[in-house]
Amino acid sequence: MPHTIPLSWYLGISAVLFAMGALGVLIRRNPLIIFMSIELMLNAANLAFVAFARSFDVLTGQIFVFFVMTVSAAEVAVGLALIIIIFRNKHSIDVDLMNSLKG
Amino acid sequence: MNLTLILFIVLAAVAIASAVGLLISRNTVYAALFLVLNFATVAVFYLILGAPFIALAQVTIYAGAIMVLFLFVIMLLGADRLPRSQALPWQRPMAIVLAAVLLVEAGFLLFQRLQITAGLANPDPSVNTTQALKTLGLALFNQYLLPFEVTSVLLLVAMVGVIVLTKKEKGEPG
Repeated sequence: MPHTIPLSWYLGISAVLFAMGALGVLIRRNPLIIFMSIELMLNAANLAFVAFARSFDVLTGQIFVFFVMTVSAAEVAVGLALIIIIFRNKHSIDVDLMNSLKG
Repeated sequence: MNLTLILFIVLAAVAIASAVGLLISRNTVYAALFLVLNFATVAVFYLILGAPFIALAQVTIYAGAIMVLFLFVIMLLGADRLPRSQALPWQRPMAIVLAAVLLVEAGFLLFQRLQITAGLANPDPSVNTTQALKTLGLALFNQYLLPFEVTSVLLLVAMVGVIVLTKKEKGEPG
């Protein structure tokens, strides 16, 4: 008899990873780690998508994950470029110092 | 206990432990490597869920390209040993409470309101992987052709934007 892992377990893992990503955004001051926590949250959402796609036996979830991946790749490229510019101007990347809009 | 269950429990433990490692590690490089480990375990979850294409894309795009970019920027900025800033005294407990509230809300929604209990079948070994990939590719290039092309424009815009952003003005020092 093939054993099956319930959908809710995957969703539970996904929820835990998402909460940890949110926690990382809230407690860390290094924008690089905040960025990585955002990636962790995107990844948790992707896991839920694939689990649902498997559960309902449709491909749409997998295709959506593919698009999420490309969008997050674009987002990371632009975000890291912004971090580099901020470092160039302020010689620090602490988020507490990013309190003025004027460069 | 069968093999899939053991694999799931081990992977879940590794995924959560690496997420905790990302949150608590002092060195940014270690945090990035913990995140790579997390992405790899999630890729194995995708394989268990019968999504080999997504699993390989996860490894190449996330664990490969994106994390290499992260490590490159960390080393470029020398951000692995930044001076510690003065933390707000109430920030950490407040954040932990908020994250716990988020987790409890999600758990309540999943297990109380929606009552999701449906089982997931293990991947049927008789299903041809090549056939599954073919189905995915056909869906991507027929039904989802327009989003696919829009994605390529998005990547182009991101690339041009990054080049414009990081270009030094004439005469601007280092």
